[in-house]
Amino acid sequence: MILSEKYLLIKKMFRDYMEREFPSELQDEIDQTGEYPYDKLKRMGEMGFFGIKTPKELGGQGGDTLAYVLAIEEIARVNLVTAVWVSGANSLGSGPLMFYGTDEQIQKYLVPTAQGKRFPCFMLTEPGAGSDAGGVTTQAVRDGDEWVINGRKAFITAAHYADFGVLFARTTKGKGNKGISAFVIDMKTPGITLGKPENKMGIIGCPTSDVIFENVRIPANALLGEQDRGFINAMKTLDYGRLGVSAQSIGVAQACLEEATKYAKERKQFGRRIADFQGISFMLADMATELEAGRQLLYHAAQYKDTGASDAGMYCSMAKLYCAEAVNHIATKAMQIHGGYGYIKDYRIERLFRDARVNALFEGTSQVQQIVVSGNLLK
Amino acid sequence: MKIIVCAKQVPDTNEVKIDPVKNTLIRDGVPSILNPDDANALEAALTVKDANPGTTVSVISMGPPQAMYMLRECIAMGADDAYLLSSRAFGGADTCATSTTLAAGIKKIGDYDIIFSGRQAIDGDTAQVGPQMGQRLGLPVVTYVQKVRELKEGSVIVERQLEDGYEVVEVPTPAVLTCVKELNEPRYMSVAGIIHACEDSPITVWDENDVELAPEQCGLTASPTKVLKSFTPPPKGKGEMLSGTVDEMAKALVGRLNEKHII
Repeated sequence: MILSEKYLLIKKMFRDYMEREFPSELQDEIDQTGEYPYDKLKRMGEMGFFGIKTPKELGGQGGDTLAYVLAIEEIARVNLVTAVWVSGANSLGSGPLMFYGTDEQIQKYLVPTAQGKRFPCFMLTEPGAGSDAGGVTTQAVRDGDEWVINGRKAFITAAHYADFGVLFARTTKGKGNKGISAFVIDMKTPGITLGKPENKMGIIGCPTSDVIFENVRIPANALLGEQDRGFINAMKTLDYGRLGVSAQSIGVAQACLEEATKYAKERKQFGRRIADFQGISFMLADMATELEAGRQLLYHAAQYKDTGASDAGMYCSMAKLYCAEAVNHIATKAMQIHGGYGYIKDYRIERLFRDARVNALFEGTSQVQQIVVSGNLLK
Repeated sequence: MKIIVCAKQVPDTNEVKIDPVKNTLIRDGVPSILNPDDANALEAALTVKDANPGTTVSVISMGPPQAMYMLRECIAMGADDAYLLSSRAFGGADTCATSTTLAAGIKKIGDYDIIFSGRQAIDGDTAQVGPQMGQRLGLPVVTYVQKVRELKEGSVIVERQLEDGYEVVEVPTPAVLTCVKELNEPRYMSVAGIIHACEDSPITVWDENDVELAPEQCGLTASPTKVLKSFTPPPKGKGEMLSGTVDEMAKALVGRLNEKHII
């Protein structure tokens, strides 16, 4: 795909921002301490980073899905954890509201998110419902004008920072996927407690924790979309989340390629730069080729998603599958090119390698994407 | 209030390398950017706009059609509209011809209160176009503006950067102010701004007829500057690093300077 001026400027904007605002010393500090610079996150919100594809009339930037993936790619090229913050707010947090929110819910939650005044989290996964998202056991029981929530959510990104969340809970027992409903809920509601942040391998600086609901009472109008139709809502949202993770993969893979190319030109062994050995230069060629193939699949899936085609979700899963596997191949080769030095934290590739791994795990493992793609082929 | 900002698209000189054989700049594949000082000029204008609702900011540039990209960037940062002076007749202009053309464009826009420009462009480093333009428009000029202190009815008070300090200047408006990087930190574009700049924002393109200049007043023919030769100074030899304590290094340094009959 040949990008028009509009998309080139969007890439440039996010690249300029990230290169200026996230120098490597700051990234090291985030990785070592786990403390994210929340002043920067707040500023990103004010600059509209959390409403890239929220329509202008709802306080957003009015970008399309391609604009969104380009933004995430450029952010991830410099710092993946920042991309996780931004993509979560845009896709998982804002998506369900944009598709199913009532006017009141949109004004209360979506508009302030796009303006950087509120921050969402997305609560689907449970200790026993990961890849099998339909196995949700957190319960929502109607009691007069209220819903009463009980249960436990797991691996919730940014739960401690979010001031509201989109929650998926079971409203009808024994109906599997067809008994789950979505709710929008203030995180300060009495009865909500947070688990200790998980000690993760990568994307350090965006805490992930359990969220526990004990007799949490929320008003009847907290229901988001139709009752018992929440699973469809979640899957539609996840299509955009998967494009976001694909873009994160491409951004990290691009960074890996750049680091490996630079190192191969600098490092000398046997009296010459290692880039002059075919064993290294061919590895770089393969990395660049796989990266570009993934990038083009992603851009195509993003534009195809905007056409509203019924099989667009399959392309989102294809992009997620391919890009997330590609970044792992590319990060592995990039570290191999660095030799022993790549294993030392002084080199950026060490963090990139750890960060790369999560892309094949979250928002649906690679195997879940294979289920989606093959399910489409075999139906 | 109406503000005009002069901007230039320049090669990113950080990325320019020199051809060691031909001794010329390798421009191939070098990205073009908004001249950094001009970004400060635009930010100064946008800051005034933020504080004074109803203010409009227009950007003007002379350059080839590719400069549209840079003008869209200016609109995406917050400028209201942009004008590109583009014609074969403008080609080969030195600072003298450039300032004539820009002044003609600014006259045609008309009705301005302040003109902000960058101090100088990173490709030519002359710092001449801003002042020359002021002369052609019959306007007062303050160069090296490092701070805009106060906008008053009919005048503006600014700080003008000097080598070892600054002077405070009050200048009647309309005036030309050339900006240095210490003036501000240019803002980023926004996604909404980019979409607006690319989808519904008009950039007006004018040639010499539109700005009422005769061909002989423009471009190479109107440029008294003649370049006889350009060359790259030979690279300096490698320096020598002294080591040891301060005393040892001082002694070694005096020894070296003596050896070379410098002292």
